Amino acid sequence: MALLEVRGLSKSFRGLKAVQDVSFDVTEGEILALIGPNGAGKTTCFNLIAGVFAPDRGSVRLAGTDITGLRPDQVCRAGIGRTFQIVKPFQQLSVEENVIVGALNRLHDVGAARERAREILEMLGLAAKRALPAASLTLPERKCLEVARAMATGPKLLLLDEVMAGLRPTETDHMVGVFRRLNEETGLTILLIEHVMRAVMALAGRIVVLHHGETIAEGGPGEVVRDPAVLECYLGEEAL
Amino acid sequence: MSGPRRAAPGGRARVLLGLLLALLMLLPFVVNPYLLSVLTLILYLAYVGQAWNVMMGFAGQLSLGHSLYVGLGAYVSAALFVHYGVPPALGFLAAILVALVFGAAIGFLAFRFGVSGVYFALLTIAFAEFTRIGFDHFDWVGGSGGFFLKVAQRDYNDLVNLRGSPEMFYYLLLAMTAGCFLLCHRLMQSRIGFYWLAIREDQEAAQAVGIDVFRYKMLAVMLSAALASLAGVFTAFFNNNLFPFQIFGIEKSIEIILGPIIGGLGTLFGPILGAFVLTVLAEGLRGTMEALGVVLPGVKQVFYGICLLFVIMFLPHGIWPSLRRRLGLDSDGRR
Repeated sequence: MALLEVRGLSKSFRGLKAVQDVSFDVTEGEILALIGPNGAGKTTCFNLIAGVFAPDRGSVRLAGTDITGLRPDQVCRAGIGRTFQIVKPFQQLSVEENVIVGALNRLHDVGAARERAREILEMLGLAAKRALPAASLTLPERKCLEVARAMATGPKLLLLDEVMAGLRPTETDHMVGVFRRLNEETGLTILLIEHVMRAVMALAGRIVVLHHGETIAEGGPGEVVRDPAVLECYLGEEAL
Repeated sequence: MSGPRRAAPGGRARVLLGLLLALLMLLPFVVNPYLLSVLTLILYLAYVGQAWNVMMGFAGQLSLGHSLYVGLGAYVSAALFVHYGVPPALGFLAAILVALVFGAAIGFLAFRFGVSGVYFALLTIAFAEFTRIGFDHFDWVGGSGGFFLKVAQRDYNDLVNLRGSPEMFYYLLLAMTAGCFLLCHRLMQSRIGFYWLAIREDQEAAQAVGIDVFRYKMLAVMLSAALASLAGVFTAFFNNNLFPFQIFGIEKSIEIILGPIIGGLGTLFGPILGAFVLTVLAEGLRGTMEALGVVLPGVKQVFYGICLLFVIMFLPHGIWPSLRRRLGLDSDGRR
């Protein structure tokens, strides 16, 4: 059984069909990338899964439980952690406090949450910055913090919304390494939206391509990047 | 929006707090009645400021109608006392209950239907205003003509009925302020406190990490309302007279919020420091004007305005965060 089952998901905004009949599975332990041109409906798709909007049609199941239409906080408690495309740190809280807030999702004691937060910051290489206010971090650090906070909620599935955007290639490689390690060491399942193909190719075991709100291709990275439809609408000839 | 709060009485902060408390406990033995009344006013503003700070400073919900809860607390406890002889030592529970109901109603309306920011603030003003108008016509408690408690001179302090000397009221308020401070300190080191700050900083992100935003905002509003209503109980029995236009007035709501803003929003000590600074300066100004023989009505309000302007321009996070840094209390971590 797949960890996440998305079936026939559809959502329109004032007649604009943002997502149309999208279905895919995310298997436990895999890294699945959702790619496609701007406006393809990737972020809407994420928001439907994460509970920001309720879908017009379709369903989302996590580990067999129907989570369609739940609020974001309920989805998080059900086991889906997410990051935001435009990072949303708790600016005036310290880096550690940001992650503690996430850890409190599973641990009700602040002391225990603090310990968990320190472990996660250590793992993501942010430990040295833990006492600084989140507002003082650089963009790559904020992206990292966003991931740390989502990780702290103890998710079965992590949704990453363009965490590589705006990063330099070396920083991207660092993040790729981090996610690889998380995936291999903790068995964390990851669903990511990404434009940075360098990261997608390095991370994803499978890729789903969206265009105009619909799935146009699905498969391993090797096949997808050779798919004529994908080349035409998104990657272009030079991608190869 | 507001200053980062640190508090955790690490050793040094704890010692300073202990000294301050000792000083406040000893002061009534040395000061004259006038100074005692000023100190009482400071503690009163510190207490209501702290209560308001729970909502705005911690959870980021701006209430501009906090006089509502103070007024309700005052009227409920006074009416029970005058009409049914229920002592305030019991009546305060009813006061809290009524404040909770109003707080819950405002919170529910706002948070269920997505009223936030400026509109939320307007809603709080609206509630305070229509309650004021309601009480203007509420003859059972005297309407706009005012509601009065019998001033019985007693030669002993009766804490149950809140009849007694100014010193008794001073110590009662000191206990309330200290209790409120401790409560807030505890809360801010618990899951609730972290969740409030997260909501204040970014509601969407807070929701995404599993926080039931509605529930925690309701909690903040209701706790803040309950705490404020106790200030009302105090006011009723301290002043012995209640007028809707005075107690529910927007001026009162503004007075409540000035202390924490000037002292430092979202900090534990800010409301206390703000109340002290404002009251001492205002009383100093009044004394000076009196000595000079100048009569200028409204000068206090102008003065408040200037204070606020000064703080916004030069100390946007309030006085306490910068003072704290100078006192070397910052390294103590979270407070």
